[in-house]
Amino acid sequence: MALSGMRGLSTFISDVRNCQNKEAERSRVDKELANIRTKFKNEKGLALHEKKKYVWKMLYIYMLGYDVDFGHMETVSLISAPKYPEKQVGYIVTSCLLNENHDFLRLVINTVRNDIIGNNETFQCLALTMVGNIGGRDFSESLAPDVQKLLLSNSCRPVVRKKAALCLLRLYRKNPDVVNVDGWSERMVHLLDEKDIGVLTAVMSLLVSLVANTPDAYWNCVPKCVRILERLTRGQEIPQEYTYYGIPSPWLQVKTMRVLQYFPTIEDPNIRKSLFEILQRILMGTDVVKNVNKNNASHAVLFEALALVMHLDAEKEMLSQCVALLGKFIAVREPNIRYLGLENMTRMLLVVDVQDTIKKHQAQIITSLKDPDISIRRRSLDLLYGMCDVSNAREIVEELLQYLTTADFGIREELALKAAILSESFAPDLKWYVDVILQLIEKAGDFVSDDIWYRVVQFVTNNEDLQAYAAATVLAYLDKPAVHETMVKVAGYLLGEYSHLLARQPGCTPKDIFYVIYDKFPIVTIGTKAILLSAFAKILLHSQPQDPELRERVIDVFKRYECSVDADVQQRCVEYLMLCEKGPDMVDIMAEMPKFPERQSALLKRAENTEGDAAEASATKLRLQQQNSMALVVAEPQTNGAAHPPILKPSVAPVQTEQLALPEPPSSAHQRALSNGNAHPEVPVTAAAAVAAPSLLEEPITAPASMPATAPAPTPAPSAVDLLGDLLAPLAIEAAPGTMPSDNNAILDFGLDPSGLAPGPAPAQVSGPADPLTLALYDGPDTKVQPIGNIEDWYKALMIKDSGILYEDPYVQIGVKADWRGIQGRLVLFIGNKHTGSLSNVKVVVLPPSHLRFQSPPVPDTIPPRAQVQCPFDIFCLQASRETAVLEFAYNNGNIPVGVNLKLPVLMNKFLQAVPVTANDFVGRWRALTGPPTKLQEVVRNVRPIPLAEMAALFNSLHIGVAPGLDPNVNNIVCASTFYSESAQATLCLIRVETDPSDRTQLRLTVGSPDPTTTYELKEYIKEQLIDVRTLTPVPPVVPAPTPAISGLTGPAAVLAGLI
Amino acid sequence: MIRFILLQNRQGKTRLAKYYIPLEDSEKHKLEYEVHRLVVNRDPKFTNFVEFRTHKVIYRRYAGLFFSMCVDITDNELAYLESIHLFVEILDHFFSNVCELDLVFNFHKVQVTSGYL
Repeated sequence: MALSGMRGLSTFISDVRNCQNKEAERSRVDKELANIRTKFKNEKGLALHEKKKYVWKMLYIYMLGYDVDFGHMETVSLISAPKYPEKQVGYIVTSCLLNENHDFLRLVINTVRNDIIGNNETFQCLALTMVGNIGGRDFSESLAPDVQKLLLSNSCRPVVRKKAALCLLRLYRKNPDVVNVDGWSERMVHLLDEKDIGVLTAVMSLLVSLVANTPDAYWNCVPKCVRILERLTRGQEIPQEYTYYGIPSPWLQVKTMRVLQYFPTIEDPNIRKSLFEILQRILMGTDVVKNVNKNNASHAVLFEALALVMHLDAEKEMLSQCVALLGKFIAVREPNIRYLGLENMTRMLLVVDVQDTIKKHQAQIITSLKDPDISIRRRSLDLLYGMCDVSNAREIVEELLQYLTTADFGIREELALKAAILSESFAPDLKWYVDVILQLIEKAGDFVSDDIWYRVVQFVTNNEDLQAYAAATVLAYLDKPAVHETMVKVAGYLLGEYSHLLARQPGCTPKDIFYVIYDKFPIVTIGTKAILLSAFAKILLHSQPQDPELRERVIDVFKRYECSVDADVQQRCVEYLMLCEKGPDMVDIMAEMPKFPERQSALLKRAENTEGDAAEASATKLRLQQQNSMALVVAEPQTNGAAHPPILKPSVAPVQTEQLALPEPPSSAHQRALSNGNAHPEVPVTAAAAVAAPSLLEEPITAPASMPATAPAPTPAPSAVDLLGDLLAPLAIEAAPGTMPSDNNAILDFGLDPSGLAPGPAPAQVSGPADPLTLALYDGPDTKVQPIGNIEDWYKALMIKDSGILYEDPYVQIGVKADWRGIQGRLVLFIGNKHTGSLSNVKVVVLPPSHLRFQSPPVPDTIPPRAQVQCPFDIFCLQASRETAVLEFAYNNGNIPVGVNLKLPVLMNKFLQAVPVTANDFVGRWRALTGPPTKLQEVVRNVRPIPLAEMAALFNSLHIGVAPGLDPNVNNIVCASTFYSESAQATLCLIRVETDPSDRTQLRLTVGSPDPTTTYELKEYIKEQLIDVRTLTPVPPVVPAPTPAISGLTGPAAVLAGLI
Repeated sequence: MIRFILLQNRQGKTRLAKYYIPLEDSEKHKLEYEVHRLVVNRDPKFTNFVEFRTHKVIYRRYAGLFFSMCVDITDNELAYLESIHLFVEILDHFFSNVCELDLVFNFHKVQVTSGYL
């Protein structure tokens, strides 16, 4: 390595290290960056080795965590340098600084390719390393064949082939098409004959990936793998440099055994026999030694062997040998081994039937649950969860409960969920189950999700012999001084339903129970209050004859909350008051809840969700929620009466009504406000309820299924959704997609009518199903295509950039590249099909606002697999306006229609161009504009407080050219830009922003231009930007706004092309 | 597979970072911060493995330096643990008795070495 002449670099590093504080460091770094920037600007005079030095410095600054947003081109250009030192720097820094999606990488593909197919071994290595480190799609498409050739060639040195194998692996991961399955299995067999262990290890890594994707294709590699394993374990022909602490290449051993785990089983008896001999040797021959590294390495092999034994259905004898080993491991002091012992024991539970042997270690595992290390605690919790069955459930759950009180926060939620699931699945008797859950709520109420207590309610409702017991138990809990709110909810619900069963016991008259609950009433949240109100109503109506004192107290409560600000509470009170007045005739309405249908536990579902990829799970949840709320809003009128022709199949309706009667969480009020139309939520609800309650009672009283409609909970809120999900999913499917959308509005109007409300236009959320995107929801639970990322963020980025992503989902990516000059611009949409099937019915329609003229290109109807289509739009600006153009984009993936409306980043600022002005010029023109309507001034408040420099950067990025130094007051910014439009041609706009250093949230904005429309629109546009200042990478304030070029090669790319 | 490799000191300054998944700079900084928080306060008697989001971090401490590797949950932990040690031995060999200052002043050499992993 040539490192001479790098003194500047070490000086710089020492300087940075000597900085006393962050500010000093920052200013030193800024100084250096400015220096590098000027050096790079005067590119011509910079020798390659100097460039190298600066690029190293850039990398160092980047590693310190600063943004380095320039000089990438210089870095990339170093790759094409003829000499090793520069080339090396170019390759290394490129692979650190740029990620695989960076545009510049395309520009060097050719150079990289030349290095790969060239004769210089070192260059080959450098290029392969860089490609292996970055591994983008472009690389994989254009370089894979050359890399393959290197790997298969006989003339290359092992070091090159090793890198080629790893490089190919990386490319394969990105794009599986690069390795064609047919020919490759033969080639892999051939490659496995390799003698050099280094190459073999790399090839094995590649094989692991290949086999993971298509195990069937690589059957013929199995005998070779077993032979390699044999050679390694016997220690034959292993060169010294591949022996690690006396163990022959542990990594290769691990990888080979990993490969074998991807094949279902090994048929050939001879191979099987020799493999088992090898495994036996590994299992028996591994001892604990003093040297940590040797120990780790040998255990790495051992654990992999264990995994392989579990995978092949080995003889019982060998398995119990494994369990014995694991049992030894979970008792050792060495934390890593213990951790792995626990982990593998959990895996073992899933694979084979060794429960009984593992149960012997239960005590040891429970000890690990109290280990100070959270990693170990998690593993042992998992294992306990896995090994639990009816025989040991009582013991294990009690252990978990006990641990819950001392467990730290990181693990409590998981612990609570698991305890709940176990007690539900393996409860020896149901009373015990209720006890456990109530204890759970008492000990860790904050971590008990709604699902858990809903489940208890379901169980109790469905088991008559449990009801009295449950009511008595919760009553006892309520007597305690400090009760968790969740407990109050359960208790409120259960006592409301079943307290009459306790009436014969002393101290359990309805009145007593009311007082016990009422004691908690003032301190609970609105949502709980709503549940308690229902409980009061039920207690009152269940007690016959009614106790006058109780009646008075209950009615008193209802009256007090009749005017509650919370619409839900308010409605309940009004309705219950009506019910109370109607007297005992109404007792049927408050009868006990019917039984819940059996269904899969929502808890189990949730556990499944959390175990999967977190992001994905939340996406599914989100999807489910959207779907449910939709389905329910549409289906709701069904419960209100039978006048309308049923939309849902009758068999579905009762299910749904039971559903609705569940205790509802607070946010339902919000939803109801929505379904009440766009009228003001507070006033009408009272009116609505007053009318609604009697009208509900008159008609459906004969139909038992409609009873719960009086429990005024027509719209379950999202938090109840997990529980409701299983019910609602079928609903959404059974309602035929064809009829739903068309009837939709009518149904909604009907839904509102009985409440005596004017059927105003349905609010946005309700009318949602009309647009094509939401329609897709009704097709089934999994059809909705979600964008990968935030459309709004992409759009915001595109407001200031001219190229980037507009939209992306699992099938399609839309990129944008735009050029703007004067009144016209060209915007090209790159629509790429990422998918292996073709996309049909592609629709790309722009709805231009009145101020823009679009010339749209023809768009093909179908996009073939993995193809990209370009749609160039020519855009003319007619006049100033802040409206946005909307792109309607739709396609069919198979039979699934996907459609989105996307805002196009064609905004006013795109037709602006910064102009340099002199002070005299500015002042002259400023004075010429005398006042409204050509010069407008406004004090803008609620501005996001940002430093002046950042605001100037924002203006520059919006093509509003800041003219520094024109205003004598340093707190002001003046700008000048030309706005191009057809109506006013080039209009010079002058802008002045006066800020107040003591209060950054307000400023005075003055905009002037000869054209009144432009003035007004520009002022409003700037105002919008200031109030919503996005976080963006600061653009150097002094740089003039880039002048867009319209010819084929644009800005940086052209410069770079010139460089190379 | 390995998601990323980090080499950090006790203050959380990153001395080497290699990513094998495409990430934005801001995400990288966040990850580095989180990984540092995760490993720095762990007792030396604890395991070298910590669950991190949906992956696992295998880390090892050498004096004031933490070498962390983020790998898949099903990968062989000990094998990666030892490859960290192998890397350290290589660095040791290269700088003859390596220490943090070496890595700071010769960060470019470290980059070169790690490229050969």
